[in-house]
Amino acid sequence: MRFVGLIKQIYDPAEIKPSTQGPDLKLDGVPKILNPFDEFVIEECLQWKEKLGGEVVIITMGDDNAQEVLRTALAMGVDQVYHIMDLAFKGCDTLVTAEALARAIEKIGGADLIVAGKLALGGDTAHIGPQVAAFLDIPLISYVSKVKELSDSDKKIVAERLLEGGKEIVSASLPCLITVVKDINKPRYPSLIGLRKAAKVPIPVFSKADLGMGDIVINEAMVKVSPPPPRQAGEILTGSTEETISKLIENLFSQKVF
Amino acid sequence: MDFLLNEEERMMQEMAKNFAEKEVKPVAAKLDETGEFPVELVKKMGELGLMGVNIPEEYGGAALSYVCYAIAIEEIARYCGSTSVIMSVNNSLVCAPLVKFGTEDQKREFLTPLASGKKLGCFGLTEPNAGSDAGGIQTTAVKDGDQYILNGSKIFITNATHADTALIFASTDRSLKHKGISCFIVEKGTPGFSVGKVEHKLGINASGTAELVLQDVRIPASNLLGKEGEGFKIAMYTLDCGRIGIAAQAVGIARGAYEEALKFAKERVQFGKAIAEFQAIQWMLADMATEIDAARLLTRRAAFLKDAGQPFTKESAMSKVYSSEVAMRVTTKAIQIHGGYGYSKEYPVERFFRDAKITEIYEGTSEIQRLVIASNILR
Repeated sequence: MRFVGLIKQIYDPAEIKPSTQGPDLKLDGVPKILNPFDEFVIEECLQWKEKLGGEVVIITMGDDNAQEVLRTALAMGVDQVYHIMDLAFKGCDTLVTAEALARAIEKIGGADLIVAGKLALGGDTAHIGPQVAAFLDIPLISYVSKVKELSDSDKKIVAERLLEGGKEIVSASLPCLITVVKDINKPRYPSLIGLRKAAKVPIPVFSKADLGMGDIVINEAMVKVSPPPPRQAGEILTGSTEETISKLIENLFSQKVF
Repeated sequence: MDFLLNEEERMMQEMAKNFAEKEVKPVAAKLDETGEFPVELVKKMGELGLMGVNIPEEYGGAALSYVCYAIAIEEIARYCGSTSVIMSVNNSLVCAPLVKFGTEDQKREFLTPLASGKKLGCFGLTEPNAGSDAGGIQTTAVKDGDQYILNGSKIFITNATHADTALIFASTDRSLKHKGISCFIVEKGTPGFSVGKVEHKLGINASGTAELVLQDVRIPASNLLGKEGEGFKIAMYTLDCGRIGIAAQAVGIARGAYEEALKFAKERVQFGKAIAEFQAIQWMLADMATEIDAARLLTRRAAFLKDAGQPFTKESAMSKVYSSEVAMRVTTKAIQIHGGYGYSKEYPVERFFRDAKITEIYEGTSEIQRLVIASNILR
């Protein structure tokens, strides 16, 4: 089977200082990391390959630095990586990114199972997985917390997905795209030997032209980024125990906590 | 001159940082409290290649640079002094001399399991009457046919409680003083070889520091590392390398304490504002950050020189004496910034403070480092 993982390098959210002066964040000197959900993507692909055989291919789109996350994936043991990079993609929206990823998957001959993170921290859109599935016209199972069955012969997947207040078991035919939540597995660490070897491997790059994409139309633009409003001070309830409890219950209902 | 890490080094740092945050940080306080040797953690580190970072791949190592090694030690020491010294001893005091002085057979038999983390090593040089004066060791080795018979004891040996393989320095000719010292590979389970008194210490409580006792220990003559009389040379070369590891450990301990102090200073409110807004605290933080940076640069330069095949004895000693003294100054200030909380075991800075002290002592005291530096600049 062929497992394709979609991963992304992001600015470390813990190190970003929000700017209130326009749409751009102050990103100078902010370290980049692998999107935390994507460690689980790589691990899920590797575990299923170890069970069923086949190969794991990891694809990312991003600038020069994005190759670091592909090298980390190689060091973890994946078979092949591809890097989508073209100046034409600079500042593009999620629809363009999803199309490029879908085209790349087609270009390498498709996949039986495509795995993406539930979202990338920073943008927090959760668009990519569903959009790639739509471009490829294949089933999508989002928010997967466990792949319960995966069969190459039956071309079938059964997965458990997280809902707001419970879980849902869903089956779909292969090829299929799943987006995974944190803790679906325990990601392995890349070994040092793996890191050393991965640091020197040439990584194939796909440009816009390689993917056969025409003019880029960006439909979505970031207008403003602002920090969340500061938390308001808490209210201290005074009075007898009975009074404060009834006031507390009243407040909880009026603020729709219950 | 390039102060930026290359791709391999950045990836190494990211991996070690990630591992340390997820695996070392959660257990560090408990290890300190119980003094339990972190067997499982060391096993995981071995599987990832951290126990043989710059050992050639054909002998089970990861074949990375000494700069990578210093980076990895710093990341581990940022959370746990004990774990970092366990790693440092195996890498630079045991594997490194086996690479440099071992025969092919010795490398296959002893180095490969040590570098791949399947076994753990320790370095037996110090004795009750031979600390800084390593030439004064009293452990003896007498050749008997195709064997050596070792007698004596070693003290303050890191990893001793759990080590599978020990490098033991013993005198094969007392009349020759330091030129009569030889180095032997002794395996756990050899009759007469045992772990003696386990040390109760100020810090690095989980590093398995103990006495090693040798009573008529018979080992094959083929377990002689290098030649007879080369032991002192082997020890000095080994400690030159090891000091870079201890310097990196000191940088990591200092960084761990500094980061805690920085966080605390931003959160702790006194007189209506965060104490980080007071100049008295800001100056302490500024000095801490500057000194840690300087210590790291000295350490990486020493590692870089070793990687480049250049002489590094002086630079290694400079990095060790400076970094270890920075670790003491920084951890002291970190407690001061925390005030009473810093003196409490509820916060990790008192542990960093206790762990820092040993870096001024082991693998050559600060006084010995200054002696090494002086002898290099005066000759």
